[in-house]
Formats: sequence, structure tokens, C-alpha cells
Amino acid sequence: MAQQNNGASLNHPPKPFWLLAEITYRCPLHCAFCYNPTDYATHTQNELSTEQWIKVLRDARKLGALQLGISGGEPLLRDDIEEIVAEAGSLGYYSNLITSGVGLTEKRIAEFKRGGLDHIQLSMHDITKDINNFITDTNTFELKKKVAAMIKEYDYPMVLNVVIHRYNIEHIGEILEMAEAIGADFVELANTQYYGWSLLNRAQLMPTREQLEKAEAITNKFRERVGNKMKVFFVVPDYYADRPKKCMNGWGEVFMIVTANGDVLPCHSARSLPGLEFPNVRDKGLEWAWNESPAFNKYRGDDWMKEPCRTCPEKEKDLGGCRCQTYLLTGDPEGTDPVCSKSPTHQIILDAIEEAKNPQIASRPILFRNDKNSRLIADGELSEIVKPFHALP
Amino acid sequence: MSDKIRSDQVFGLAKHYRFQWEEAQGGYVLLFPEGMIKLNGGAGEVIKRVDGKKTVGEIVADCKAAFPDVPDLEADVLAMLELAVGKTWITLKE
Ligand code: SF4
Ligand code: SF4
Repeated sequence: MAQQNNGASLNHPPKPFWLLAEITYRCPLHCAFCYNPTDYATHTQNELSTEQWIKVLRDARKLGALQLGISGGEPLLRDDIEEIVAEAGSLGYYSNLITSGVGLTEKRIAEFKRGGLDHIQLSMHDITKDINNFITDTNTFELKKKVAAMIKEYDYPMVLNVVIHRYNIEHIGEILEMAEAIGADFVELANTQYYGWSLLNRAQLMPTREQLEKAEAITNKFRERVGNKMKVFFVVPDYYADRPKKCMNGWGEVFMIVTANGDVLPCHSARSLPGLEFPNVRDKGLEWAWNESPAFNKYRGDDWMKEPCRTCPEKEKDLGGCRCQTYLLTGDPEGTDPVCSKSPTHQIILDAIEEAKNPQIASRPILFRNDKNSRLIADGELSEIVKPFHALP
Repeated sequence: MSDKIRSDQVFGLAKHYRFQWEEAQGGYVLLFPEGMIKLNGGAGEVIKRVDGKKTVGEIVADCKAAFPDVPDLEADVLAMLELAVGKTWITLKE
């Protein structure tokens, strides 16, 4: 019969079902939890051209890619987004625009509809204007509500993505009610994962276990009430889990990311790993990048594993967790993800949870994602804050 | 939604779902926000015929004509439709 599949089957050689096109790192928002690289400001100059993006779309489709996410930064900051969307439509992608809503106009959304865009995923932050504007460091609350109405009017499925953290986790019931009121079809409650900017702000963002459990209970109750009308995904934060997540469904198995400047990555933060040179579409092209490049083959399968993962009976389930998280937190890219309770470095996670409870650390100012902070990090001027995390880009 | 499916009912793909043949997968897929389902041969053949016009009876007849050698086809087709309704891939047309 039918098989539920996010693409992660054992069909070898793997094919990239998902292409995530991070078409620009420029963004009008400055979210405290942004997973973009902290040195993104060094990548904003050499964005791929329209022609280069069109070639990326064609080549990835030939390799088997089917789901397309167009994201950023804020993808609407590119003037050629309509062209990119239209190309994706004609190639038969199931395409998704991942946006903060800033820059979405009536004219553009009509153009997207014509071009064959399949859905729009809008990020929402809170029911309160204060928290929305605080966490994004911008004044965008009213705008988001307008954009949500526009998405509905153009008969797009409404997919809301809400990143959950300490500042909004207590409002989860109200957030879900708001989603229902504006007619959302899918809601993703994504607990913050700690990479990039969110890792720097971890102690300020991490909720407590009690908050998390309460939020999950409220979500379950809400699900029962609305039934099939609205699908709610609750993405558990792995710091409070016993086992790590199967990162990206396996390195180089299903996901392929092409960044604003053309780097081809198996996951968002792969560039933080040491000793790997990632291919760029300007050089040898996508097929080589996916099939042949040493970087994509480095952590495919499980040959690279060390103990305790190597002989662990659960290794197929999580493949030892996330390489980037393991490296950022432990300094060893081939170790066991510290989230795992069997990991010799698990204490790091327990310490981080404790640290977030310490009012002195947790009340330190947040480092918002903006060009100024990014340049300071790239120039090594915030090394005191960055130091505990190995080579955070 | 476990009501028995009747042969005079008409189903269509759920709103916002797309069904297509994928060469790279060598099969039919259902696409929707946040996911995708790869359908095996039999499932694909059934969903392909769910077009918002044909009745369940017509779909069964159509499948029988296409695969005359398969025994008990009717039960398989109905089971597939029931599963698809339960998963909200297809919905009843007014
Ligand atoms: S998380 Fe916020 S700052 Fe980062 S790209 Fe998205 S909207 Fe921009
Ligand atoms: S020891 Fe490694 S393979 Fe086993 S559960 Fe933990 S992370 Fe997964």
C-alpha cells in the first residue's frame, strides 16, 4: 500500500528530493533565533544571478528534486523572484515560498499564482505585537496579519511557521487560536534548534522542560478539538529529548541546499564543520556536487561513526545525530551527538539547560541577527561570546 | 470517517494536493504542503482515477478493465479509497 515518505527510504544511490534555495541572505528582519550563519554578512555580495538560479533549478530537477523551498534571508528581497518561481512551476516542482511576509504585495502574489507557486509558508511570532516586534527586532506585526489575509484570498494553503522559544511558549494556546481564526491549514510549531544566531542566544531563548511539557499538552488538546481541519506539527526541541534527531534525514540522503552565493550543502550549517570544502555551483555543477563531491560523501551512511554509535542497535534511527551540533558543542565532528543520553559528552546539554535557568546568564542582552553584529563576528570582535561554540560561522 | 464507501459516491483530490508521475521515483506521488507520499503501483493506479467526476463504481470498473487478471480487485480498490479518505488525501464531492 501507500507508504508515508519524507524521502528517506533506503533507495541507493540517494536522490535529492528536496532542494532548498536560500536565494539571498539579505533580510529586513533581525530574528534572535535565525539559523543563518553568523558570518552571513560576508556572503551577501556575490549572490547567484537569475540565470544561475534557473540552471540550479533545472539541474536539481534532473537529479530527482521535487520539493522546492525558496527561502533566505528574505527571498522577496530579490527582484527576480517571479522569474525563479515561474521556472520552478514549469519544471514541475512542488514549490514553497518561505517568507516573513515583508515585501509581499498583491501584484507579486498574483504573479506567483500565475507562475505556479504551490504554497507560501509565513513565519509568525506571537499574538502580541510586543513580542513579535521584540524577537524580530522590527515593527512587523500588523504587516504579517495583512499578508496572512492575502494568502487566503489567493487561495493558497496557509502554512504558518512559528518558532517557539521562551518569549512565546506560554502563549501557545493563543497562537493556535489566532492560527485558527485566520484560517491556517497547517501550523508548524518549531521549537528553536540551536545553530547560528540561536546558538549564541541559547541561554536567553531556551524554555524550561515544564514550559515545554505544558505547551505540548495544550497543543494536543487543540488538535483533538480541531481534528482534520488544521494540521499542527509540534517539532520537539532535541535538548529535551533522550535521542538526537536524524539530522536532515541523513547526510546527503534527501536534502540539498544551495546558498545565496552558490555553495551546495547537505544541511544549513554544514559550513561550520572543519576540514570540508563544499562545492559551489559555479565550479563543477550540481550533479558532481551531489554524487561525487567529497563533502557530500563524507558523512553518508555510517562508515564514519565512532563508538558508542558504531555498535549501537539504534544507529539506523538517528545516524548518530547532527554533525554540526556535535562539532559546535564538542569540537569533534565525528562524535556522538551530545543530545543522546548514551553520549560521553551528554553533560554539555545538561549544563546548557542549567545555564538557561541562571537568571544572570539568561538576562544577558540578545545578539540580534543583523549586518553589524555579523561583521563584528566575522572580524573576531565578539570572540568572548562565540568562543564556547567551536568555529561558529 | 470510517463510513463505508458507496459505489455512487464521487471523490476528488483534497484541496491543495497534487498528484503526478515522477520519472525519478519511477512512480506516482502525492504532493502537499510539508510533505510528499510516494504511492506504490496499485495505489497510484487508484488515485490516478480519482478525478472529481468518476463514481466509485466507475473507478472499480475502470481498474478491472485495465487489470483483468488481478483477483479481488474491487476489495483492494475500496480499501485503497478508504485509506485515502482516512488520510485526507481525497474528499467527497458534493
Ligand atoms: S529567521 Fe528572521 S532574520 Fe533569519 S532569515 Fe528568517 S526572517 Fe530573516
Ligand atoms: S549512541 Fe549514537 S547511534 Fe546510538 S542512539 Fe545515541 S546517537 Fe544514536
